[in-house]
Amino acid sequence: MSNASSAPQHSSDLPNGWEMVVGLEVHVELDTKTKLFSASPNHFGDEPNTNIDPVTLGLPGALPVLNKHAVELAIRLGLALNCTVQPSTFHRKNYFYQDMPKAYQISQYDQPINIDGYMMLPGDVRIGIERAHLEEDTGKSTHIGGTSGRIHGSDYSLVDFNRAGVPLVEIVSRPDIRNSDQARQYVAELRSILLAVGASDAKMEEGSMRCDVNVSVRKPGAPFGTRCEIKNVNSIRAVGKAIDYEARRQIDVLESGGTIRQETRHWDDGEGRTHTLRTKEDADDYRYFLEPDLVLLDPDQEWIESIRASLPMLPAARRAQLAALTGANKESESVYVIVERGQDDYVSAVAQAGGDAARALVYVQQAFAEEGATPKVAASDIATLTQMERDAKVTATQAKTILSEMVANGGGDPVAIAAAKGFEALDTSAVEAMVDAAIAQQADAWAKYCAGEEKAMGALVGAIMKASQGKADGKVVTAILQARRAK
Amino acid sequence: MTKPFATVVDIAADIASGKTSAVEVLEQHLARITERESDIHAFNLVTTEQARATAQQVDADIKAGKPVGPLAGVPVALKDNMCTRGIETTCSSKILEGWKPPYDATVVTRLQQAGAVMVGKTNLDEFAMGSSTENSAFGPTKNPLDTSRVPGGSSGGSAAAVAAGFAAASLGSDTGGSIRQPASLCGLVGVKPTYGLVSRQGIVAFASSLDQVGPFTHTVADAALMMEVIGGHDPLDSTSLSQPMPSLTSVLGQGVKGMRIGRLADMPDGCEPEVLARMDAAYAALQAAGATIVDISLPSLSYCLTAYYLVAPAEASSNLARYDGVRYGLRVETGDLHSMYGATRAAGFGAEVKRRIMLGTYALSAGYFDAYYGKALKVRRLIANDFAAAYEKCDVILTPTSPTVAFPLGDKTSDPLTMYLCDIFTIPTNLAGHAAMSVPFGTGAYNMPVGVQVLAPALGEQTLFRVAAELERAS
Repeated sequence: MSNASSAPQHSSDLPNGWEMVVGLEVHVELDTKTKLFSASPNHFGDEPNTNIDPVTLGLPGALPVLNKHAVELAIRLGLALNCTVQPSTFHRKNYFYQDMPKAYQISQYDQPINIDGYMMLPGDVRIGIERAHLEEDTGKSTHIGGTSGRIHGSDYSLVDFNRAGVPLVEIVSRPDIRNSDQARQYVAELRSILLAVGASDAKMEEGSMRCDVNVSVRKPGAPFGTRCEIKNVNSIRAVGKAIDYEARRQIDVLESGGTIRQETRHWDDGEGRTHTLRTKEDADDYRYFLEPDLVLLDPDQEWIESIRASLPMLPAARRAQLAALTGANKESESVYVIVERGQDDYVSAVAQAGGDAARALVYVQQAFAEEGATPKVAASDIATLTQMERDAKVTATQAKTILSEMVANGGGDPVAIAAAKGFEALDTSAVEAMVDAAIAQQADAWAKYCAGEEKAMGALVGAIMKASQGKADGKVVTAILQARRAK
Repeated sequence: MTKPFATVVDIAADIASGKTSAVEVLEQHLARITERESDIHAFNLVTTEQARATAQQVDADIKAGKPVGPLAGVPVALKDNMCTRGIETTCSSKILEGWKPPYDATVVTRLQQAGAVMVGKTNLDEFAMGSSTENSAFGPTKNPLDTSRVPGGSSGGSAAAVAAGFAAASLGSDTGGSIRQPASLCGLVGVKPTYGLVSRQGIVAFASSLDQVGPFTHTVADAALMMEVIGGHDPLDSTSLSQPMPSLTSVLGQGVKGMRIGRLADMPDGCEPEVLARMDAAYAALQAAGATIVDISLPSLSYCLTAYYLVAPAEASSNLARYDGVRYGLRVETGDLHSMYGATRAAGFGAEVKRRIMLGTYALSAGYFDAYYGKALKVRRLIANDFAAAYEKCDVILTPTSPTVAFPLGDKTSDPLTMYLCDIFTIPTNLAGHAAMSVPFGTGAYNMPVGVQVLAPALGEQTLFRVAAELERAS
């Protein structure tokens, strides 16, 4: 996750000036105790067909009753995505499938609960959110026999209705995404927001967060091209790969004189390609109509405002705050990583204890990957360590060693550890002498270095560090070597 | 008019006072079932053993001095589209034959809590689609007053069960007249409550925005008591109204003095003259009791039948899609999923159900939605506006319940449109979500009963029952 949420990595541009236009439809399961319309548990991984009831199974006479907590989580998410929360309705989306118990899905249609939001991506890129609406999940089919694991050609199918009726929010972006990096950043940021507001556990591997990707290509400024929807994109990495593949496929078709058919395509992660699932012509007519078993959902303004007031600080604001504190770029990888781990409060505690915030950011990013939001090492001890390094009482390398030991032991006094290890930063004149000795010993390397071969510096630095038993400050050594060469 | 059978009110009072026992009352009803059920076919299932156990429990409770409910020991019958835990609920359809719900409908629970004794599940037009109970997969029900005639429908079995003395009261469901029309044809009181007043939880849906449960009884007082038991808010039905159930038994003696009774100025064609004559008598009776008669018009009335036959089938096409052979009910095995769906539904549904599924699917389809379903929704708003305007001038509206008295079996089965016209007066109430009831008011052609329909606005049940009680006194 951390790779995707870090600053932009530039994917190769599309050939011949083509531009891709991408919109995402992300389904997330809400983290409620019970289902959207019944009291059955919403819990992943239980024995098949144990979290069921008459409503879940669509038994005759069973009626849906809306789960208030699901509505609250949907509103939390909507507000976090800068949406307007409006009075909303539910519709029936009618189609036959064996894991769809009522043969219709209850979903919000033309009057969704959240509309017109946006999300900011690195580089001040604004991605519009068209809507974030409530709907129920389907059951899960397992097709036994056959070769493809799909219903066609299988011997029989098993259906698990535990997932049927689990509350979902579908977040539909506007087609504002222009490359696969942005798409991955969008999904990663959405995931961070979901976790921050407690709306979902957002585990793509368990299917509690699922992406459908709409891709088309055009020449910049031209009208949107015909789009294809790609399903089965089950990781952030796959989002990027599927988009890049699909855009290139469409360009190939267009450049060889073909046209793009509007269709739904399936991403095969193993093969790294998409293929046709169904065309527009054989798409279902869902015969949407207002769900007569439910009434208008009209949350009162007071409740909406109390939900807004209870929202935590969102990842973007936390990154800005951490960046301001540490002097780092708010789009830097370290800032993203620390906020994603929830360790920004810890960095801030180090600074509060008198520590150097910029160094603390580096320490925490490097050494606390396995720690949660509240690392065991006391913030005040990290503060002391940053001071020791800043004041050149230890070298960066020594500080790193001390830090590792503190993490390994779940804490410790850095002053005591430094003393026990005999760490002290050598003064510059001692280092100068060691540099002289190294140049004499490694004349070959020195000559190469002077000739501009930067790699040759490594042998010299290594020799010096060895001579100093690690007490020389690497940065100081490098600076002296550079100064000598410049003479 | 003297009632041939004991009323709910009398039975409950006599059992509670120890004048008779629940078992004795039950056995009287079971004896009538033994005698006539094979001719009438009111029931899909008679639950003799469960009924005896319940009646014995009621008697034991009374003997032990325990408090009992207002219907303690009263034999009731339930339309077979109401879920009863562990007891077959078929909707008179092969597709649900043998299905036993794991839960009780809310109205069933409320009847049980009131001490009622369920004697059986009654026949209906398959999935409540029909006006004669001839669309049952298990054969038609006959009118107990003349077994060559239909009892009406779709709740024909529930009407026949009460008319034949098999139960003191019964429950039906009314989507477009399915309680009021059979009540009229069988000489009973039948109530279609305000939409949302009685829970739909556990009622197998036909058209969810129109369906409403109500009672069949011999008297208005019985109907009031039944309504008080089954009505009121249910958290398991999101469309259930939050208002408390109004008291109905207490208003029956209040009369109609000063009330304004609406009379349709533009009566649709097709009513039997004897029916119209009874209507004149009803207006006269209410006038004599101190009410004034006001002419009103419902200009959208002529569109209601068409609108209903778009809205109800549209919802039905969706509600009945779940009968797919995957989880319960009939499954016709074939090689693959889609042909299994087709074979199961082809074998499981009767012709009228299929016709309405086709109609409804078409009305909701892309490209046709606006012209059909969308327009039907506009008619719903128009008729609601018509009613609102009319109720500025009057408190209730009187119409015939049915244009005709009970017709012979087979008379209308070959022509669905003629059958649909049976509900011309009852459908507007469902489209508007209002309250209405049918009260027996003498006889018409062939000496068969005629029902007068009283219409009231939403939650106008108290007014409705006052007028109904006055008509009953005058009949």
